[in-house]
Amino acid sequence: MKRSVFLGTLAGAALLAGYASAATLDDVKARGVLNCGVNTGLTGFGAPDATGNYTGFDVAICKAVAAAVLGDASKVKYTPTTGETRFTALASGEVDMLARNSTWTYSRDNDLKLDFVAVNYYDGQGFMVKKDLGVASAKELDGATVCIQTGTTTELNLADFFKENNITYTPVTVADDAEAQRQYVAGACDAFTTDASGLAATRATLPDAENHIILPEIISKEPLGPVVRHGDNNWGDIVRWTFYALVAAEEMGITSANVEEVAGSTQNPEVKRLLGLEGDLGAMMGLDKDWGKRAIAASGNYGEIFAANIGESTPIGLARGLNALWTQGGLQYAPPFR
Amino acid sequence: MTESSIAFARTEMLPQQEPPLSERGIVKWLHENLFSGWMNSILTLLGLLSVFLIVKRALPWLLYGVWDANSLAECREAVAAMAGPDAHGACWAMIRERWHQFLFGFYPMDQYWRPVLAFALMIVALAPVLYYGLRRINMLMVGIVGVLMVLALIGVGTDAAHLLVAVGVFAAIFAVAAAAPTKLVWVTILFPAVGFFLLWGGSVWGPIGALAGFAIFGAVWSLLQKKLGVVVAAGVGLVVAAMWWLVVQTKVTTVLHEFLPAGLPSVDSDQFGGFLLAFVIGVTAIAASLPLGILLALGRRSDMLLVKTLSVGFIEFIRGVPLITMLFVASLLLQYFLPPQTNFDLILRVIILVTLFASAYIAEVIRGGLAALPRGQYEAADALGLDYWQAQRLIIMPQALKISIPGIVSSFIGLFKDTTLVALVGLADPLQGITKIVRADINWKGIYWEPLIFVGVIFFIVCFSMSRYSMYLERKLKRDHR
Repeated sequence: MKRSVFLGTLAGAALLAGYASAATLDDVKARGVLNCGVNTGLTGFGAPDATGNYTGFDVAICKAVAAAVLGDASKVKYTPTTGETRFTALASGEVDMLARNSTWTYSRDNDLKLDFVAVNYYDGQGFMVKKDLGVASAKELDGATVCIQTGTTTELNLADFFKENNITYTPVTVADDAEAQRQYVAGACDAFTTDASGLAATRATLPDAENHIILPEIISKEPLGPVVRHGDNNWGDIVRWTFYALVAAEEMGITSANVEEVAGSTQNPEVKRLLGLEGDLGAMMGLDKDWGKRAIAASGNYGEIFAANIGESTPIGLARGLNALWTQGGLQYAPPFR
Repeated sequence: MTESSIAFARTEMLPQQEPPLSERGIVKWLHENLFSGWMNSILTLLGLLSVFLIVKRALPWLLYGVWDANSLAECREAVAAMAGPDAHGACWAMIRERWHQFLFGFYPMDQYWRPVLAFALMIVALAPVLYYGLRRINMLMVGIVGVLMVLALIGVGTDAAHLLVAVGVFAAIFAVAAAAPTKLVWVTILFPAVGFFLLWGGSVWGPIGALAGFAIFGAVWSLLQKKLGVVVAAGVGLVVAAMWWLVVQTKVTTVLHEFLPAGLPSVDSDQFGGFLLAFVIGVTAIAASLPLGILLALGRRSDMLLVKTLSVGFIEFIRGVPLITMLFVASLLLQYFLPPQTNFDLILRVIILVTLFASAYIAEVIRGGLAALPRGQYEAADALGLDYWQAQRLIIMPQALKISIPGIVSSFIGLFKDTTLVALVGLADPLQGITKIVRADINWKGIYWEPLIFVGVIFFIVCFSMSRYSMYLERKLKRDHR
């Protein structure tokens, strides 16, 4: 009851806020800066470095949108948001978009009056165990102690999974990732569960990474993607198609290094439309015709962003997996630019 | 009576003998303090055992601390090379690489001299409050703070020009302290504007305009207070000053800025973080909550029904709500009530609500002080023919505040530590915010105790100094000598 009243109020206020500033694009252009809500710090996905510059897989989306809309990838004001403040910051208009590992769910999309415009990372909840535990599948974890963050969807997923397989577990609740890692290393729990990308990052930083394995089971779907306010479809389209421009660029082999060269030499009509050499795709969204070119030049196409921030050449070393292009057995698929 | 020839008693004193072994020195101390009974002996042994176990675990970790590395993995290699593969060692290299973020957040590196100078000026601004008009101690304090500031400025890599500016400012203040120590109070009065200007930068005319508003308020108040009374005059002054701030000020300062553009590069509040953020929130809220708290405490004891009800309602409401709720209100709800696209800074919102929160607690502490004053003091003030405000200013408040010092200082310490809660609304506080950022770097992911110890030590130093200072103040004001 209390929760639904709260959500209802939030939704109502969000609607009001939505009406009050319907044209986010105009606001952003007038301000000259894109307000982008990011994580307060998540390895590989978004965090400020030693000099205070934000970098990461999610942050690259903010940069691409800023480049497409404002013509300058550096014109972004990053607002760090926590799990509690992220959606209200968006709904109240404090940020124009969220690029912050948020899972696309039914109730967030409908009840909170938000729009998830795309999925930039397909994640899922996994388990990490010590090798000498002798476990090869999560279904063998009967009676195990599991380190888990409280108050997250991972907690609920975990309960569902164990109930479904009719096995038991003892939760060891922790406040955050760092504590979970510490408890797991200290041996307070047999298994550590969180999103698979987080598990990979954690495993990469263990002193004895070779003694730990990530179990094959992925027990939940966590489609993470950028979010905008409900009710401003034009702005939603801009964020969505900026992201798809990055995916399409990977499909077409356009990188941040060769974008100018491709623009000069290409005969492919879809590449021409994407890069603004033919047609007026930009104008349909209220942008100029070079928007796609700038978005790609900002930090590269989807594959480049992946490789630079979380890919196999980085210490985090995530494989493309579900996030490969559809042509390579993954789920990343951009609708045609036509 | 004649002296007997038989000495039945000694005629001279025996030389004093040493007390027996069990009644002196270390043995006596041990016996009295640690082994006075079997229960205490067991507790002592248990205590010693736990201290030993902690030291046994922590000492090697501290001894094998690594300062020179670029990632946690390198730290581990260095420890392994030093003490074998199973040893653990602290990785202080993280502090060496990220200390500036713990202290200043994302403040532009070439501008670090500004927060350092502001911090030094803040301590000097405290001097007149502590040692009003005392030449020697004021000079000493300004001198010491000045030297420390120069060291800190060199430490953060300040260029020569700004170092000279800072030294010049301190030389001027030192001269004032030597020539006319009572005039140092102007440093205190001007500090809020100077501190704001140093930290946020921008045009110099903004803070000057804001100060001018206070000057207008003061002028109106002193003109009218004889005729209209203290409260009404203050109200009228406030209205006039508000009109200046809201309507006139920006126009005047814009013109002045065009005429004489002067200022510092402006820094957005979202670049504030670490201890800079904790101090900005803590010090502002502490400074602003004391006067508010005094007014609320007086309001709560007032005979006027409306004032009393409002004060009681405010205090009880604020005290009944956790600080985290206030922070969420600042971060989330306020944004809904304000017109869209108003850029009302999150840090400012947080400061306002933390101030309100602190003032309710301070009000109750001061009310305790007021209640502790004997009735005779109030009656004596009345008998002297003083009006309400004169009585408060000359008789009641000096005594009530003296009594309240321990409570006020402990509220302040609590408030300063509570500033770490702002991490929950996404601000980069030193304990959680910056630590999380550091841990999000793949090079330092998995580091656990080092940032907590570093931040904890700094918090301890600050809070311990505050508490020692309050004890010193108590002694100086001799509050038990009534």
